Amino acid sequence: MNIVDRRLNPRGKSLANRQRFIRRARSQIMDAVRRASARHGVTDIGGGEKVGIPADGLREPQLRHASSGGRRIYLAPGNKEFVEGDRIPRPPGGAGGGGSNASAGGEGQDSFQFVLSREEFLDLFLDDLELPDMLRKQLKLTDTTRPVRAGFSVSGVATNLNLVRTMRNSLARRMALKRPSNAELAAREAEIARLFEESGEESEEHARLTEELRHRLYRRSRIPFVDPVDVRYNRFRPEPQPAAMAVMFCLMDVSGSMTEHMKDLAKRFFKLLYLFLTRRYRHVDIVFIRHTHLAREVDEETFFTSPESGGTIVSTAFEEMQRVLLERYPPHNWNVYAAQASDGDNMPADNAKASALLQRVILPACQYFAYLEVGAEHREQTTSTELWRAYRNIAQAGFPIAMRKVNHRSQIYPVFRDLFARDRATREADDVKAGA
Amino acid sequence: MSALLDVPVRGGADWDFDALRVAYDRCADIAFGELGLDTYRTQIEVITSEQMLDAYSSIGMPLMYRHWSFGKHFARDEAYYRHGLRSLAYEIVINSNPCICYVMEENTMAMQTLVIAHAAFGHNHFFKNNNLFVQWTDAGSILDYMEFAKKFIVRCEDKYGETAVERVLDAAHALMTHGVSRYRRRRAPDLHDEEARAAERRAEAQRTYNDLWRTVPGKPTGASQPNAEAERKKKLALPEENILYFLEKKAPLLKPWQREVLRIVRHVAQYFYPQKQTRVMNEGCATFVHYHIINRLHEQGFLNDGAMMELLTSHTSVVFQPDFDDPRFSGLNPYAVGFGMMQDIARVCSAPTDEDRAWFPDIAGNGDPFGTLRSAWAGYRDESFIRQFLSPALIRRMRLFSVFDDSGPELEVKAIHNERGYLAVRTALADMFDVVQHEPEIEIVDVDLIGDRCLMLQHRVHNSVLLEETDTAMVMQHIADLWGYEVKMLEVDAVSEAVLKRHAAGPRR
Repeated sequence: MNIVDRRLNPRGKSLANRQRFIRRARSQIMDAVRRASARHGVTDIGGGEKVGIPADGLREPQLRHASSGGRRIYLAPGNKEFVEGDRIPRPPGGAGGGGSNASAGGEGQDSFQFVLSREEFLDLFLDDLELPDMLRKQLKLTDTTRPVRAGFSVSGVATNLNLVRTMRNSLARRMALKRPSNAELAAREAEIARLFEESGEESEEHARLTEELRHRLYRRSRIPFVDPVDVRYNRFRPEPQPAAMAVMFCLMDVSGSMTEHMKDLAKRFFKLLYLFLTRRYRHVDIVFIRHTHLAREVDEETFFTSPESGGTIVSTAFEEMQRVLLERYPPHNWNVYAAQASDGDNMPADNAKASALLQRVILPACQYFAYLEVGAEHREQTTSTELWRAYRNIAQAGFPIAMRKVNHRSQIYPVFRDLFARDRATREADDVKAGA
Repeated sequence: MSALLDVPVRGGADWDFDALRVAYDRCADIAFGELGLDTYRTQIEVITSEQMLDAYSSIGMPLMYRHWSFGKHFARDEAYYRHGLRSLAYEIVINSNPCICYVMEENTMAMQTLVIAHAAFGHNHFFKNNNLFVQWTDAGSILDYMEFAKKFIVRCEDKYGETAVERVLDAAHALMTHGVSRYRRRRAPDLHDEEARAAERRAEAQRTYNDLWRTVPGKPTGASQPNAEAERKKKLALPEENILYFLEKKAPLLKPWQREVLRIVRHVAQYFYPQKQTRVMNEGCATFVHYHIINRLHEQGFLNDGAMMELLTSHTSVVFQPDFDDPRFSGLNPYAVGFGMMQDIARVCSAPTDEDRAWFPDIAGNGDPFGTLRSAWAGYRDESFIRQFLSPALIRRMRLFSVFDDSGPELEVKAIHNERGYLAVRTALADMFDVVQHEPEIEIVDVDLIGDRCLMLQHRVHNSVLLEETDTAMVMQHIADLWGYEVKMLEVDAVSEAVLKRHAAGPRR
């Protein structure tokens, strides 16, 4: 009998099956993910999500008898008062006599819930989204490198020792120099011992063999088993990794005219954007700019949390963005993206300045500019806001600017997908527009 | 064995590897010495609950190819387990040589002893000796075969894409219940056989030669036209009940790797077919063995009273059979039936009543309960075992009764535990555990070779029980996809030959 401890075997043996299952159940899971995203805030999404899988979505059909109809005989234990020939009313729900049919296999086809891990959820959640026109700017060599195998070397650290090469060299050298092997020496010794037993120490043969053995032992001691010349190490060459340089500007209006609801919508949108960017692109810089009548570059924490109020001057945000661009992100090296969220209010006097800035400075530098207009929850906007009209004029002039309106938080995710969907047709259309 | 290790097992105590080994040895003494069991070499593998769930989802095999359905079962079992709706088995045992027994690390030492007695001796003996397993499964090679299967499927996925492989596997899984052969196929005669047979025929002709036959006027030659349909069926070896086998060998459009995938699934189905047919006996055997062993260990003082109480609790919950009107009732418990019958046979052998002598004249009072059980374990399957050994005493004890249902508003009690009912109850119980009666009788009957290559199937309907409609439509679709042309199925009443229903499906391109 053997006892084997398998507890330390690698976990997640069924991971591959799970992935296949999720891919198979994709459409059902996607629906559930959408529902979940409307129900929770984006930050809550982090902890994984319970997903109900409906029964018939993933049926495993078999050729089997129908569960009712026909003539059947059931057998049940625990008879109490029945005698032969009794007629009993059919029990509801197949309990009692009806339930005793041990249908072969007994595979229940009921629906069940299971929990997606955070990774799996985000994968599905942000599936198929891409920054439009990524990588159009020159690829820049950054200082990140990756070790790449580059043959062997005679020096290195012990962990990189290549045993196979080393032993191969050692073997070749030992053969070439005729280093006596263990077996050979053992055979000699046995021979000497045999001679010694047969004819004592006196025989000439014995003396010759002993001398020879001594010589071999000496030779062996001079030729090492592994010599420093044998040793080989795996060599790794650092290879610089080209990376596309991209920066995302997030502009948000936090002025007094933005109600809590609107701010919430805008934050949700940016949170989603942030999640998407940090997850999909390791090399994307993100710049947060929020503005009232003054604009300020802030960190992520402040951007999403700290309250502020004041008037609204959109052009300040653009000026701030321009400053940051000039300082840190020269447009000929960087893919620049920007997303702006606002309720569409602006100080009337500023409109002209804002659109001029946008048109002359911001848009030429940007690969893509998304504008999200947030509105009150229950009121469909009938008239376009100042900003919307101004931006629409710019869009009609052929600049790459995408505009969407959002009133309810359930719209955030669809709009977000809409803006960043990896869709060839629109991308090409954008390209044409951008080229025009 | 040190004296320290020989201390009796206490209830709730933690286990360690040395203690497992001691427990195994103590069980082995009783199993081989008293019960006379004959087992494969055992390999006990300690696993965690997650690994147990893993083993569950891949139908108990340590190696299994990848398929989404296993992921689904894992997700479902895991959800049930986490919500406490279902507890995990204490062990899983694999019909392989060496026989692999998985035991959970959470088990107490007392439980481990029970599990070893149950799986490593009970099931193991059954696998090695039962005639169905001996004839149909090859315990020595199954693990190697599964390793091959797993690698083969991975290679196919690399080469042809996961979706293409998944499509074939889905179809094959849907046909798994109809991918087993119930009879050994006749070996195709080789040249040597043919020669011997020809020689034999010549000798016979010579021996019985009579010149008179020459003068008898024969039929005009060429008058007997060979029946084209019969000829075709013979060439295709129809009718064929093993649908997977037929498709693997005869489907015109399948690629070689697709045939191999069908073959793998067919082999897996065939490997598990004996287990499906011997649920009562297999569990009965294992339960009887562990019950005997733990009782003996308790008598010997190896298990102390606390440990014994723990084991009895778990034993009784395993063999518990709720009455039909109990809310916990969900059909007959194969453990209860199996264990009840094994104990009953032992009783008939050693302390028979007059009734037993009348019902079982060949074994009643023969004084060799273990020998009798061993031969029963070797020679029967559930259905024949119950037909042979279910005694009136057990029918009375379990108060079994059979109910007839003709889909009307009322059910009729057909037989109860009395003199007139014993045989009817016994037959009903045997039928209930007869796999053949649960799986619809479906055969491939014909192929329209000259016309549109339509494949014809037939379901012989017994007692007007038709096929489940939704599932049948889906499976028909799978068959059509594999066959590559249209597929039709008739549901024909077995008695009146009347066509009750038709199904048809065309291939998806």
